[in-house]
Amino acid sequence: MTLLTIDRITKAFGDNVAVDAVSLTIEQGGVVGLIGSNGAGKTTLVNLVSGLFRADSGSVTFEGRDITHLSVNERIRAGIARSFQLVNLFDQMSVLDNVALTVFAREGKTGHMLRPAEADVAVRDESLAVLRQFGVHAKAETPASELAQGERKLLDVAVACALRPRLLFLDEPTSGVSTREKAPIMDIVTSIVRSDRITAVIIEHDMDVVFRYSDRIVAMHQGRILADGTPDEIRANDEVTTTLLGEHVHQ
Amino acid sequence: MELLIIQTLNSLFYASILFLIACGLTLVYGVMRIVNMAHGNIYAVGAYVAAWTVGLAVAAKFPPAALFFVLLSGAGAAALLGAVLEPTLLRPLYKRAEEYQLLITFGLLLILEDLMRLLWGAHPLTASELPDAFGSFRVAGATYPGYNLFVIAVGIVAAGALWAFVYRTRFGVILRATAQDMRMAAALGVDVKRVYVLAFAIGCFMAGLGGAVVMPISGAVLGMGVDALILAFVVVVIGGLGSLEGALVGALIVGAVRTLGITYFAEIELAVLYLIAAVVLFVRPTGLFGRA
Amino acid sequence: MNARVSFGPLALAAWQLWGSAAVVLVLAVLPWLIDPFQTLQISYGLIFGIAALGFNLLLGYTGLLSFGHAAFFGTGAYAAALALKYLGVKSMELYLVGGVGASLLLGVIMGAVCVRYTRIFFAILALALSQVVWSLALKFFWVSGGTDGLRLPTPTLLGGLVTPAADKTAFLAFQYYYYVLVVFVVAVAAMWLMVRSPFGKALQAIRDNEVRAEFVGVRVRRYRFIAFVASAGFTGLAGTLWVPLNGLTTPDILYWPFSGKIVFMAVLGGFKTFLGPIVGAFAYNYLETFAVGYTIYWQLLLGVVLVVLVLAIPDGLVGSGVKLARRLRKAP
Repeated sequence: MTLLTIDRITKAFGDNVAVDAVSLTIEQGGVVGLIGSNGAGKTTLVNLVSGLFRADSGSVTFEGRDITHLSVNERIRAGIARSFQLVNLFDQMSVLDNVALTVFAREGKTGHMLRPAEADVAVRDESLAVLRQFGVHAKAETPASELAQGERKLLDVAVACALRPRLLFLDEPTSGVSTREKAPIMDIVTSIVRSDRITAVIIEHDMDVVFRYSDRIVAMHQGRILADGTPDEIRANDEVTTTLLGEHVHQ
Repeated sequence: MELLIIQTLNSLFYASILFLIACGLTLVYGVMRIVNMAHGNIYAVGAYVAAWTVGLAVAAKFPPAALFFVLLSGAGAAALLGAVLEPTLLRPLYKRAEEYQLLITFGLLLILEDLMRLLWGAHPLTASELPDAFGSFRVAGATYPGYNLFVIAVGIVAAGALWAFVYRTRFGVILRATAQDMRMAAALGVDVKRVYVLAFAIGCFMAGLGGAVVMPISGAVLGMGVDALILAFVVVVIGGLGSLEGALVGALIVGAVRTLGITYFAEIELAVLYLIAAVVLFVRPTGLFGRA
Repeated sequence: MNARVSFGPLALAAWQLWGSAAVVLVLAVLPWLIDPFQTLQISYGLIFGIAALGFNLLLGYTGLLSFGHAAFFGTGAYAAALALKYLGVKSMELYLVGGVGASLLLGVIMGAVCVRYTRIFFAILALALSQVVWSLALKFFWVSGGTDGLRLPTPTLLGGLVTPAADKTAFLAFQYYYYVLVVFVVAVAAMWLMVRSPFGKALQAIRDNEVRAEFVGVRVRRYRFIAFVASAGFTGLAGTLWVPLNGLTTPDILYWPFSGKIVFMAVLGGFKTFLGPIVGAFAYNYLETFAVGYTIYWQLLLGVVLVVLVLAIPDGLVGSGVKLARRLRKAP
């Protein structure tokens, strides 16, 4: 089933056309890797679909519904969520509260003013379950700021997953994390994504991670889609390897 | 017709004073992202120091023409004060949330308020020799105090000098670069600490100058700083925080409203000012010339 | 809530419950143990405690520093005084309804403008708008009494059940004191529930990361607005309670340095804690009383205290105490 249809979406910042008439279809299920050099337009594309940016032209359809003009809030309610490249957490709040707050918001319970949050057992249980899934429940009462970087990245994804989205965008979930920790993080994330039947689009620079965990890879370059296919097809695609490997060599 | 000339000149007079205060506030914010709650009291310090030195000069029988230069001492003292305050009180807070600057500068406001009381007592100081010395002029059929024209001239010269300094000198380039991107400027070798101290000192100089030139008319009075800060805030809210053009335009608008207000709607003058500010914010949320 | 202890939620609540009960008990017997002047000081502490608590809903929990809360305190006060002047109202309950109602209304008006902004601009805007209220009180002197202000003699309490006695000081030190104490307890309980509720968590999320808050579905601007209005109501309540004690309301409490005092109280006690603002209000009240009695340059003294506070003890009295306790607990 087609989950997301992006039709000729464009976004320019002054003279810089970050996303240039991109069209893309995402089917339900599986993990899509989104790769490209810096400035290729990957994050901008995610920002456009998640609602942070308004498209200059083009449309986005999610589960048959035109979401091009919906607010961030409305898109979340529709079932789209995202995590952030630079960890974006509620630092002074506990790990548990980070997720609990998300569940409260999802359930529409944030308007409750005169009842302690702890009293809501259902929310608490669900939040602890999410923390357990991501392996951070031991630190439930710790402020989010005191977690190690890898755990913070996991928590960032956990918060997005707590929204029970059907489409999840993960913006460089392993960036800033040591090579040792990357696989464990990706193992956890992809297993949850598959077991909870979330369709995931993962922006990544680490090619090993991308090729190992994606069912499908979309390569972008200078605001356009360069190639789209299975990991094997992309690996065999000379244009992709030259453009991206070329960039990597220079790095 | 005569009334119109006087109203216009009065508006320009207020606008000059307001610009001197507000441009310092907005410059400091633009470069350092600091709002100094004690900025009004720096203006007051300028007034008090000027009143004191002019008093000494008059006692020493200085000619009235020289008194103008003595006035500048108020601005100089304010600048010196700023140069001392920035490294001691503000620098430790740059790494912290910006609300802390408001807190510390509010504390500074309390300190300065009482320091002025301590040094100069509770009675207002003035220097009426200056306005007397300037006499009156006939401007397009109306009689207008010469001193007020002088203040307008000071305002225009200050605006011009500041503009030239920021947009036409090498240091101005450094200042603007630091304002736009402090980290980048530092990476390119700019001594940000020095830029900050200088920017703050310039801002204080302007406020002190405002206090100094208004003192012969309104006197140096306890509480003048606290009152002035509010008006300075209206000016930068309308004009846009961080913009010198905004400070100029804002000052002109507020000056005009104040002049009309005193004549036609004295009770609700401040409310009208804020209504205007609210309308401006509705149309341009960052003020007329403000950046996001 | 910032106290991160590893008790289960129930044990934490019990500890807090017994502690609070003890404090309330002590406050209840105080008038019998100390002289009336001291009791009045405690009353002022309780009243400013409510004001600072209300203020801190915005600062500590929502991350918005308002330099305009004098407007709400003053509105609460003037509402009562005007109710007496124009409607002949003498009942404290009616004063409270009018005062809180007027403050909430002002909160809606000011909040609608202010919450579109954050941080410094928010602080300045709140200050600026509060000054409009001040200027109106000053200029419309035939309504507000101008700089002389308006008088308010002691009101009747509990719908007329308790009427002021001839000895005004005794009335204020006993009947009125208990009235204030009860309102204080209710206000603190309501605020405690509010900040512990899902709504309170949403505010904290907004404080910590407004982008992420938006991205988990929290309506940031709407909640800031609600917090602003609630904060206004609490501070207005304090203002209404304040007038009978002070006997008089003047434009001073609408003037923006008074907003600064409220900020000072919260920072002195520690704005990152729940109790901090209350402790800070008491401490500030005693500090100011001492300073005024000690030197004519009491603003200088207070200014220095604030500067030292910001530079050296930013967590305030309670905040530093909590940090110290945590460190001691961790040490072997």
